[in-house]
Amino acid sequence: MNETKYWTWFMAAGVVILVLLGLHMMIMHLGAFTHLFVVDKGVEATAVVNSQSRDANLFFTITYVLLLGTALFHGLYGLRTILFELTLKKSMEKALSVLFIVLGLGLFCLGTWAAFTAHANALKAPAPQAAVSEGR
Amino acid sequence: MSGSHQTAHDVVFHVRRYTPERDKAPYIQSFTVPVHPGMTVLEGLHYIKENLDQTLAMRYSCRMGICGSCGMLLNGKPTLACNTQILDIADRELTVGPLPNFDILRDLVPDLMTMFQKHRALMPFVKRDDEEDVNDPAGEYYQSPEELEHYLQFSFCIRCGCCMAACPTLATDANYLGPMPLAQSHRWNQDTRDGARSERSSLAGGSHGAFRCHYAGECSRACPKGVDPARAIQHLKRQLVVDYLHLAKRKKPCEKQHGPGAFPKDPKIPEAPPFTLP
Repeated sequence: MNETKYWTWFMAAGVVILVLLGLHMMIMHLGAFTHLFVVDKGVEATAVVNSQSRDANLFFTITYVLLLGTALFHGLYGLRTILFELTLKKSMEKALSVLFIVLGLGLFCLGTWAAFTAHANALKAPAPQAAVSEGR
Repeated sequence: MSGSHQTAHDVVFHVRRYTPERDKAPYIQSFTVPVHPGMTVLEGLHYIKENLDQTLAMRYSCRMGICGSCGMLLNGKPTLACNTQILDIADRELTVGPLPNFDILRDLVPDLMTMFQKHRALMPFVKRDDEEDVNDPAGEYYQSPEELEHYLQFSFCIRCGCCMAACPTLATDANYLGPMPLAQSHRWNQDTRDGARSERSSLAGGSHGAFRCHYAGECSRACPKGVDPARAIQHLKRQLVVDYLHLAKRKKPCEKQHGPGAFPKDPKIPEAPPFTLP
């Protein structure tokens, strides 16, 4: 029954990833057309000034962490499924599950720390709007 | 008589032979069989056994597509040898092999024990808590035609193993439960008389259960009885998720109806005529 639980969350994570990656595409790669969350329209959406302004927004920090969590779970569970189809021994399956849990949690903690550090640094940095106006 | 038994032409049977005690690996042996219209592959194999090589091993019983004993790989497709006519699938040459995804006992005889063990583990029978009531013959469990429809097509399975042989997941993961046991698990879960859904779910929803199905659909294509195991597995997946998320109230198994008048009466059925004898 555990697999039912994992699989249900795997599917739910897929839907969340679809929404968040759609948002990512709209902001980062179609920024020239959408101008979503772009404070300085003179440069690309991926420029430091625009990136810093998004980092300062808690909404983005939370979505980064959410995307990281769902992508890690979805990806690692998918990889585990592929490996399990190689007719492994029960002990090997257990070891792989533990490895993926440790790896996933480790990467999630690292990514979360990075996202919140970027958020804190962006708050300390001069306001992007001001930087833009000074630059001009 | 003369028309149906006239020899149309010779067909070369390329039969996969293997005796584990003697051979290092399976090999192909060819036999020329005179084929007449309407002749089945099983009849062709009988011709070989009777006239060309008596050592050929194969499993068969009913010869009419009911028992599921003669599942074989014919021209690369798993199906029953007894209800496949040679001229329907071959013109001059025909390859015959044992069902893949199983160990070979000898020649065309696969070892189906792994399939039956998985099948048994999923409890393919009505299981209820009220043991006393089950053993009480005075009454019966009422099931409406609509309730029967939910699982009827899955009950046509003859456990021939053709779906298991066609399954690409089972080809890589020998621990995967496979289409037949999972479809039968769904069949018994859908039975309104049964009360063991939770018990079956622990195995069917396990790490080598229903969620390993990639929905290739080959099992349904291979089934010689027209059962759709792939559909059953998708239904099973949905049921497992719905149960996990508590999205639907779980129905209790139906109660035993005791004595006349206890059953829901069909208004279309007329009343019985009065007694004619005192």
